[in-house]
Amino acid sequence: MSNAPAIVAAGTPIRRRPFGLLELAQRNRGVVVGLVFVGALFLIALVSPVISPHDPIATEPDNAYLPPLSPGHVLGTDELGRDQISRVLWGARVSLPVALVAVAVGLVGGGVLGMVSGYAGGLTDLLVMRVVDALLAFPALILAIALVAALGPNLRNAMIAIGIVAIPVYARLVRAVVLQLKQMEFVMATRSLGASPIRLIVRHLIPNLMNPILVQISLSAGFAILAEAVLSFLGLGAQPPTPDWGQMITTGRTFLPNDPWLAIVPGIAISITVYSFNLLGDSLRDALDPRLRS
Amino acid sequence: MAFSHLLELDNVETHLRLREGTIKAVDGVSLTVDAGETLGIVGESGSGKSMTALSIMRLLPRSGRIVGGKVSFKGRVLTDLSEDEMEEIRGTEIAMIFQDPMTSLNPVFRTGWQVGEPLRIHRHMRRRASIAAAVDLFQKVGIPEPRRRVAQYPHLFSGGMRQRAMIAMGLSTSPSLLIADEPTTALDVTIQAQILDLLQTLNRDYGTATILITHNLGVVAGMCDRVIVMYAGRIVEQGRTDDVFAHPEHPYTWSLLHSIPRLDAEQHQPLRPIEGVPPDMVNLPPGCKFQARCPFAIARCATDEPELLQVREQLARCWVTQAGTRLDG
Repeated sequence: MSNAPAIVAAGTPIRRRPFGLLELAQRNRGVVVGLVFVGALFLIALVSPVISPHDPIATEPDNAYLPPLSPGHVLGTDELGRDQISRVLWGARVSLPVALVAVAVGLVGGGVLGMVSGYAGGLTDLLVMRVVDALLAFPALILAIALVAALGPNLRNAMIAIGIVAIPVYARLVRAVVLQLKQMEFVMATRSLGASPIRLIVRHLIPNLMNPILVQISLSAGFAILAEAVLSFLGLGAQPPTPDWGQMITTGRTFLPNDPWLAIVPGIAISITVYSFNLLGDSLRDALDPRLRS
Repeated sequence: MAFSHLLELDNVETHLRLREGTIKAVDGVSLTVDAGETLGIVGESGSGKSMTALSIMRLLPRSGRIVGGKVSFKGRVLTDLSEDEMEEIRGTEIAMIFQDPMTSLNPVFRTGWQVGEPLRIHRHMRRRASIAAAVDLFQKVGIPEPRRRVAQYPHLFSGGMRQRAMIAMGLSTSPSLLIADEPTTALDVTIQAQILDLLQTLNRDYGTATILITHNLGVVAGMCDRVIVMYAGRIVEQGRTDDVFAHPEHPYTWSLLHSIPRLDAEQHQPLRPIEGVPPDMVNLPPGCKFQARCPFAIARCATDEPELLQVREQLARCWVTQAGTRLDG
C-alpha cells in the first residue's frame, strides 16, 4: 500500500544478557538465605519418602511416647508409637502443596479481579472493589474457618478456603499497580501502535506486575502454611492419619504436661517454614524496592 | 486509489461526558492533510488539539465519544471501521508520538524490544528479527551505538533519546501519517531543536505526512506548511503558515503572535498578554468563544457565532475581519 521506501532492513541478531538474579542476591543477603530455606523445604517435601527412617503412619504400640534422641527414633514417637521425624518430614508434603494451591487460587482470582477492576475503571471497578472490600472485612482466619465449615472439612476445601481468603490482597495489589501504570503514556503509545487491549495487558502490563506479585506470593505462602496448620489443628483440614503438622499439634496438645515434644516438634516445623517464606518475601520487597535501585 | 486527500476530517464532533457535564472537546472540526505535508495544530491547553488527534486514532478516553462527522483516511472512513480494522491501521498507516518521553516507554522492557513491537504485531516478525530492525531504526533516528542501546532499559535513556526511540517505533512500519502530540514540550530547548530537525528530515526522506500538535508558535513557523489554530474545540483560523504569521485574520492568532517576543521587530514593544481565561467548556457562552478576551470585539460577537470563512488568503472565524477590517491596520 505504501510507496515509501522501507525503513527497516535486515540486520544481525542481538544477544540478550540474562536477568541479574546474581545482582539481586548481592544487594540483599536475606534473599539468598530465604531462597535457600524455601528451596530446602521443597527438597525435603520431594525426598521425604526416601529419607524418612520409618513409615509415618505405621504404629508401634510397644514404642509409644519415646522421648527425642531415643535409639532409632531421633525425635521420639507419638502416642501410637509412630516415628516423629518421619511424620514431620512427610508433613511437608501436605503443607507445601496446600500453600502452593492456595496461593495460586488467590493469585489467579485476585489478579483477574484486580486487572479487570483497574483496567476497566468506572462502574466495574466500583462493583468489583466493593465485593473485595466485603471479603476483606472478615478476619482472614475466621473467613477461612467459615468457608471450610460450609464446604466440608477436608484438605481440598481447606486449600480453596485459604485461597479465597487471599483473593482481596491480590486484587487490591494488582488494581493499585494497574491504576498507576494507566497514568503512564506507554499504555496509550502501545495502543496507538496497534496493540489490542488483550496484548497490552498480557505482554505489556503483566510484566510490570511481577515484582510486587513475587513479594506477595512469598508472604502469602507463609500465611497459607499457618492457616492450613490452624485449620488442621481445628480438625477442618487434614484428617487422621495423614501426617500433618497442625493435626500433630492437636494430638500432642493432650499430652503437653508429660510429653511436650509431641506438640513442640511440629510447632517448630511450622515456625521454620513460615519464617522462611516471610524472610524471602521481606527481603525480596527490600531488594526490589525501586527507591533503593542504583 | 481514488482519494483526494490522505486524511480528511469532515465536521468531526467529539464529546467528553464528565461529571460536571458534557464537554464539546472537538466541535465541528474539518481539515485535510495531503501526502508528505506537515500540518501544525496550535492552541492552548484544552483547546481540543489533542482530542482531535485522539479522535483520528479513535483512542479517546472512556468518557469520550465521536458523536458526529467522519474521519477518512486514504478513502476509508475510519469512523465506520471495526475496532479490529482500526488496530490494523494504527501503527501501520498512522503512528503517534506523545508528549512525555519519560513515561512513554515501558520501564520493564529493553528499548530495542519495544521499538520492534509494531513489527511483531503487524509484520509478524520474530523477536530477534524485530530487535535487529530496531538497531537500524535507532541508527536512522540518530541514536549513537545502536547495537548497545537496544539492549538497554529506558531508564538509561535521556529524554531526548527516549523521544528518538519513540519516533523510531512510530516509523518502524513506514506509516503514511505521523501524529506528533507536543513531541518537544517536555524537552529542553537544544534537544527540541534536534527532535524537530529529525522529524523534518524523516518527513523529507520518507514522505511521511506529519501532524504536529504544539502550543509553540515558533515550532510551527519553522516546520509546518499549513497551520490550524484552535480555540475552545473549534478551528478559528486556518491557512498557509506564511500567511497566518504575516497577517493573522483572527484576533486570537493575532494575540498569540503579539504575546511572544520577536527578534526581528524594528521597534521593540512590550509583550501583550492575552487577558482573561478560556471559556467554561461545560457552559459555553453564545456568540464568538473568544469574544470575552478579544481586543477587537464588536456588539455582534457576543450574540452570534461566526462561521469559518475565507478572509484574504486564509480561513478565519471572525466577524471583524470577515467585514474587511485589518487587525494590524
